[in-house]
Amino acid sequence: MSEIKEVIVKTDRLATDKYQVNMGPQHPSTHGVLRLLVTLEGEKVLNVQPHTGYIHSGIEKMCEAITYPQIIHLTDRMDYLSAHMSNEAVALCVENALQIEVPDRVKYIRTIMDELTRLASHQLWWCVYGMDLGALTTFFYGLRDRELILDIFEETCGARMTVSYNTPGGLMFDIHPNFQKRVKDYIKYFKTKLPEYDQLLSGNVIMRERTEGIGYLTLEEAIDFGVTGPSGRASGFSNDVRKHQPYSAYPLVKFNEILDHRCDSLARYEVRIKEMWESISIIEQLIDNIPEGDYALKMKGVLKLPEGEFYQRVETARGEFGVFIISDGKKNPYRLKFRSPGFSNLFALNNMAKGHKIADLVAIMSTLDLIIPDIDR
Amino acid sequence: MAFNIYDFTTLTHDIHVGLAESFSPVLATTIEWVIVGVVYLLFVALFGLFLVYAERKVCAAFQQRLGPTRVGPWGLLQTIADFIKLLMKELIMPRKADWFLYNLAPFIVIIASFLAIAVLPFAPGLQSLDFDIGVFYLTAVSSVGVIGILLAGWSSNNKYSLIGAMRSGAQILSYELSVSLSLLTMVVFAGTMQFSAIVEGQRDAWFIFSGHIPAVIAFVVFLIAGTAETNRGPFDLAEAESELVAGFHTEYSGIKFAMFFLAEYINLFIVSAVAATVFLGGWMPLHFGNFESFNHVMDFIPPVMWFFMKVLGVIFVIMWFKWTFPRLRVDQILTLEWKYLLPINLVNILLMALVVLTKFHF
Amino acid sequence: MTNDELILVLTEKFPDATIAKGNQYVEMTVTAESLHETAQLLKETETFSFDYLFCLTGVDYPENMGIIYHLESVKHRHVLVLKVRTADRVNPAIDTLSDIWITAKYHEREAYDLLGIHFNNHTDLRRLFLEDGWGFPLRKDYVDEVRIVER
Repeated sequence: MSEIKEVIVKTDRLATDKYQVNMGPQHPSTHGVLRLLVTLEGEKVLNVQPHTGYIHSGIEKMCEAITYPQIIHLTDRMDYLSAHMSNEAVALCVENALQIEVPDRVKYIRTIMDELTRLASHQLWWCVYGMDLGALTTFFYGLRDRELILDIFEETCGARMTVSYNTPGGLMFDIHPNFQKRVKDYIKYFKTKLPEYDQLLSGNVIMRERTEGIGYLTLEEAIDFGVTGPSGRASGFSNDVRKHQPYSAYPLVKFNEILDHRCDSLARYEVRIKEMWESISIIEQLIDNIPEGDYALKMKGVLKLPEGEFYQRVETARGEFGVFIISDGKKNPYRLKFRSPGFSNLFALNNMAKGHKIADLVAIMSTLDLIIPDIDR
Repeated sequence: MAFNIYDFTTLTHDIHVGLAESFSPVLATTIEWVIVGVVYLLFVALFGLFLVYAERKVCAAFQQRLGPTRVGPWGLLQTIADFIKLLMKELIMPRKADWFLYNLAPFIVIIASFLAIAVLPFAPGLQSLDFDIGVFYLTAVSSVGVIGILLAGWSSNNKYSLIGAMRSGAQILSYELSVSLSLLTMVVFAGTMQFSAIVEGQRDAWFIFSGHIPAVIAFVVFLIAGTAETNRGPFDLAEAESELVAGFHTEYSGIKFAMFFLAEYINLFIVSAVAATVFLGGWMPLHFGNFESFNHVMDFIPPVMWFFMKVLGVIFVIMWFKWTFPRLRVDQILTLEWKYLLPINLVNILLMALVVLTKFHF
Repeated sequence: MTNDELILVLTEKFPDATIAKGNQYVEMTVTAESLHETAQLLKETETFSFDYLFCLTGVDYPENMGIIYHLESVKHRHVLVLKVRTADRVNPAIDTLSDIWITAKYHEREAYDLLGIHFNNHTDLRRLFLEDGWGFPLRKDYVDEVRIVER
């Protein structure tokens, strides 16, 4: 209610050539239910105010009433495109708190699934980004390739997107016998398709005109706002959790952290494309060498974490995802906080979009790769 | 009645003579008007339906899928099903919309398209209006369509529609200049503005070949400006779904929306037909000067088929643009026109004038 | 700096704060009055330069409320957990840190929305997710007969 009063008061004092437009919760290009109150002067954006909360589900409160293995199923639903990585974060947090070490097989499989999830997420981002810019064909090319990854997930984990494959102590079940072969075939196929993405969109003059120099986010702003993930790395902010605080099998693989210093939308685009190449390279290094062993440790029926505070960081496709558990020794957490990458990334939008046009606002928001349930939790 | 597929003048002459004999001159002329009107309406309706279907199939081919396949053989009846659905929809009108202008807008857009089709030469003898200022008339009449778009945006009483209409109006007005100048280049080359004379002048070689460099430049400029004129392809920010829902026709539903939709495809046809006529020889078969046997073989295909093949070729290229390129922003569109296309056009006219004066052409 | 070195330097610089070694990171508990000044020093001093606030958590304890800030330095790559408690649960209030780290502005709005912690000198303290007049759901004594099913 007070928001409505605020808008009424503001309109009384607005000059006649400024107007406010609502890119409302239902809109083809705000990726999810997000409301943006945009103050415009002609075509120029003066101020962007995000209003969140349309999909707030109270996940953190729910987690205080359920056990640790049950929490994993809720984490799928927040950032649904990086579901496996969110699951892994909770599983790792619990494992580190209980100070248990999972078998190597589990680590390898978790990392391979992570990178496949990252590929799928970046493919979806690319296809929606092209569509937001107007190149409608990219939608189909990206989804065509993503469907094959989702088929692999379905065969091994039982679900396409919200996989819930991890559990404290290991995995729910072992990988399907076809898994390695299918992943190898997919990598071979996708390596021929990723250059097509460049041919279709990256080199296009129109696309460069629309992204070069648009949506500037300086390094200081990126650190101050806490913008992580590819959006932050495109401003030169070296924040890849896989490099700085490695987990699972990441210490064993060689890959580059993609940093770019141009700070504009084109940089954020190219960082994600290069990350796709890096993901392919990581999967290639691991897929043939999965060690034999158990797929999970034998855990007690009821898991109780020792008293204390535990924080686990994981690199999802959007940025740094953190799980903070405050435990008082019981089987439910006392307080669970999810540090979502989208929450910090979203509020940098105003700084980036000021002074540009409406069409640019859509393009900039698309390069941030926001998933709204991740922000609202 | 003699029906010669190679030359429709015999058919039209026979009908004219037949009517003049049976009825008084006034009645005969009126009946001829009615016949011409009905033929054009049928053609526009059927070709419009076909173009919508073709767009969906072409789009699907680019996106590696099939397009409509279920309604009728190969999905041919899909557009008919869509139009029946549109006809049955409830006509919602926003309460504060200006009733008269709101209803007038789609009609203006369609009327402008019909006026333009009237001068196009489909085949020898199949041209209803043959002014000696044909090209001039065409560019003048296609400007009328802008009024319809601006009216639609304004009368809808909707911020988004207004933004869309303003953008579209600015865009169309700017690109009219490029269209006219590139056509002017070819008028300089042809020496006449009359469409039938332009087509006759391409009997030995299409203008795009005989006019070499300036004609090719003019063709490219015309294609770009023509796509911008029809609010298509990379210039479709007026209907940019991801930004303004549907731009200037957001508030239209049912038959009125169908009229805007149809008008867009008819404009596409007009732009392609003009490109085919002025640059690619109209209904003239492909002749190469002195290769008599080759020319003789080319003559077997009736001129009507030549015309439609060329038109469909240009339409395919314009559809290709839409499904490959991202959208340009409104200030980039206007920059493209005023800072790039216009100077290129002016230089090109000078070049073409030089070519004509020094007779440095085929 | 490693955790042990960090503890030494912090104890030297902030004698009034309680510095402990948690199971992962160094934890520093300060009083509500010295929070703003301490945070400022932590950001601006060269040896610390904690410029990246990556997590701000509000917690509801039985007697009062607490806020836990996770800070990291991009230059030195060390992490510090800064903890502070409010005086009571009836009117919990803390100084805002949004003038030091911009991201705190929005995280504090979330803490206000879900827990009811008021932040002094915050320029735009509005609710973020929920409507006005909603209670504070993350509090332990929050009751909602319609939406929460107690088993």
